[in-house]
Amino acid sequence: MKELEYPFDSEYVLKKSKKIKRQLLEEGGNFLSKKIAVLGGSTTHDIIRTLEVFLLNQGIQPVFYESEYAQYWQDAMFDNPELVNFAPDMIYIHTSNRNITGYPSVTDKAEQIDALLEEQYEHFRVMWDKLAEQYHCPVIQNNFEYPFYRILGNQEAVYLQGRISFINRLNEKLYQYAREHDNFYIHDINYIAAVYGLDKWSDPFYWHMYKYAMCMQAIPEFAYNLSNIIKSVFGKNKKSLVLDLDNTLWGGIVGDDGVESLEIGQETSMGQVYSEFQGYVKAQKDIGVMLNIASKNEYDNAVAGLNHPDGILKPEDFILIKANWEPKSRNIVEIASEMDILPDSLVFVDDNPAEREIVSTQVQGVSVPAIGMPEQYIRVLDHSGFFEVTKLSEDDTKRNEMYQANVKRKQQQQSFGDYREYLLSLDMKGTIKPFEAIYMARIAQLTNKSNQFNLTTRRYTQSDVEQFADSTDYITRYGKLEDKFGDNGVVSVVIGRKGSMTDVSVYQTGERVTSSSESNVLHLELWLMSCRVLKRDMEYAMMDSVVEACKECGIGTIMGYYYPTAKNAMVKEFYAAMGFKKVREVEDISTVWQFDIPAEYAKKNTVISVNG
Amino acid sequence: MSREEVFEKLNEVFRDVFDDEEIIVTDATTADDIEDWDSLEHINLLAAVEQEFGMKFNMGQVVSMKNVGEMADIIISQIG
Repeated sequence: MKELEYPFDSEYVLKKSKKIKRQLLEEGGNFLSKKIAVLGGSTTHDIIRTLEVFLLNQGIQPVFYESEYAQYWQDAMFDNPELVNFAPDMIYIHTSNRNITGYPSVTDKAEQIDALLEEQYEHFRVMWDKLAEQYHCPVIQNNFEYPFYRILGNQEAVYLQGRISFINRLNEKLYQYAREHDNFYIHDINYIAAVYGLDKWSDPFYWHMYKYAMCMQAIPEFAYNLSNIIKSVFGKNKKSLVLDLDNTLWGGIVGDDGVESLEIGQETSMGQVYSEFQGYVKAQKDIGVMLNIASKNEYDNAVAGLNHPDGILKPEDFILIKANWEPKSRNIVEIASEMDILPDSLVFVDDNPAEREIVSTQVQGVSVPAIGMPEQYIRVLDHSGFFEVTKLSEDDTKRNEMYQANVKRKQQQQSFGDYREYLLSLDMKGTIKPFEAIYMARIAQLTNKSNQFNLTTRRYTQSDVEQFADSTDYITRYGKLEDKFGDNGVVSVVIGRKGSMTDVSVYQTGERVTSSSESNVLHLELWLMSCRVLKRDMEYAMMDSVVEACKECGIGTIMGYYYPTAKNAMVKEFYAAMGFKKVREVEDISTVWQFDIPAEYAKKNTVISVNG
Repeated sequence: MSREEVFEKLNEVFRDVFDDEEIIVTDATTADDIEDWDSLEHINLLAAVEQEFGMKFNMGQVVSMKNVGEMADIIISQIG
């Protein structure tokens, strides 16, 4: 909904949130339902109300637990059957500098201040540890924003006695904890307060009158920023930028003006603006955002423009360059399909409002920010949070290379007559093993991001994944695939639970069994694969590994389940291809597939060398 | 702005905030008369009123305001 996309009208969102919520629910769609516990150190009512509409707009339907006023610590630390029963998928701790209970006084010595700092930090640390132990779910914690007055003036951050110094040091301890703990994320309200304007943000009226940590009008920007972390953790980030060229990446029109007249580089003010933007886009690539071009241009002119000596982005930074005279909507659909991703993971950036309008009406789900004037492009894209970073994995930083390798593979494929011959030429090496500690973050990320090649679409947090790995009730397998063009990283995940044939009655409804008396049947609770390795026979290699694991522990039957969603039709008949027989069908809910392991099982994969 | 015009605008604000097209406020309307109007929604309501009329309530006014009539009086006194 346009009204909820950055830059939005905060006052409109505040005033109309009830109507907006009603409309979003009426429009329907495929919401991911999540239980979010909000533990507040100040009033949270309007925060929850606005957070809800932003999350709905991001495809997440939240159910909230709200602590009583300022009971965040008590709720976390003491017996709390209500919260235990709620079983949160995420806990958000809404504290602010109003929750710091002691600041240094100007006469304090350094050691006293250190002790006070430790005391304030420990208050929070014990709570985070307790939450991690009890709830095993992601936790989001606000950092502390700067106070709105300065006793020591400009030296407030210099002297240890100053409140800004104290808050900086306390925040650094929070960041240290975040660096050392998975599943723990900082919500940087200090930055948001600065962006909003600290004086307005901390208007004491709202604290003394209503016990709000910030002014009412700042809440939508605050809630939007928070919703970006939540959607990122739950795998709803965008994946790729599709960029226009003329007047988007440089000033001028390359086809008309010629490469030498383009505004890019340090010679002119406008040239500098475009250079800074190109630098920003290039940095996006480094965090794993995939870059593509959709431009109305002759292909040769587009490439010539990208080869401008003062340009920062070069043709090789892009996976696909669609420079032609077709409608952009068509080019965007093609980009999505050639990359095997869905259009709703694309962000289209174009200076021309008419092109934006066509794309947003013609291609369902694409984000089309109103990026404004060239000097505003960076702010609008940045504050939109399309690619909010929660965990920076090696995979993210290498993603562009991997997709580029994919495009090369497709080109090579065309030169082979026989597909198997092509697969063999790729020289593929697979690693398929039970879950290992170093891959837990990536495995959890895949369970949250994979929509198309995903049989059951179960979403798991990293702690869930770790629990499956530790439990003898489960057989887990991750699959990594490398070939001569590059390493694809972890691309497939299978989780099976040992049980009995009677468990089928539970699984066929889409639920999971939590305890079973027998263990002679393996129920496949999850089977997913990244679409970037489609048609590489990786699924056969995974099947072989699962069968082998079953044989080792005396399991003779494997049960597979397909739960249809709006996005996973491509795997509807997957189990048939794996040699399963369809044994049951519950309309709109599931199909149930059975595979009896033969005494002589012939390996299905013959093109990937596994664990070699 | 006349008192009638103030009330007309107030009606719109109340309808937006409580998402109820049937609300008609009068001088005597209080939180007891509108189902969703509790102390928490009150905060959002005042923010929306402030935005509509381009004015700000101070703490003293918020604390002492008894009904919509008094709200209108404050608005009129501030916007002239």
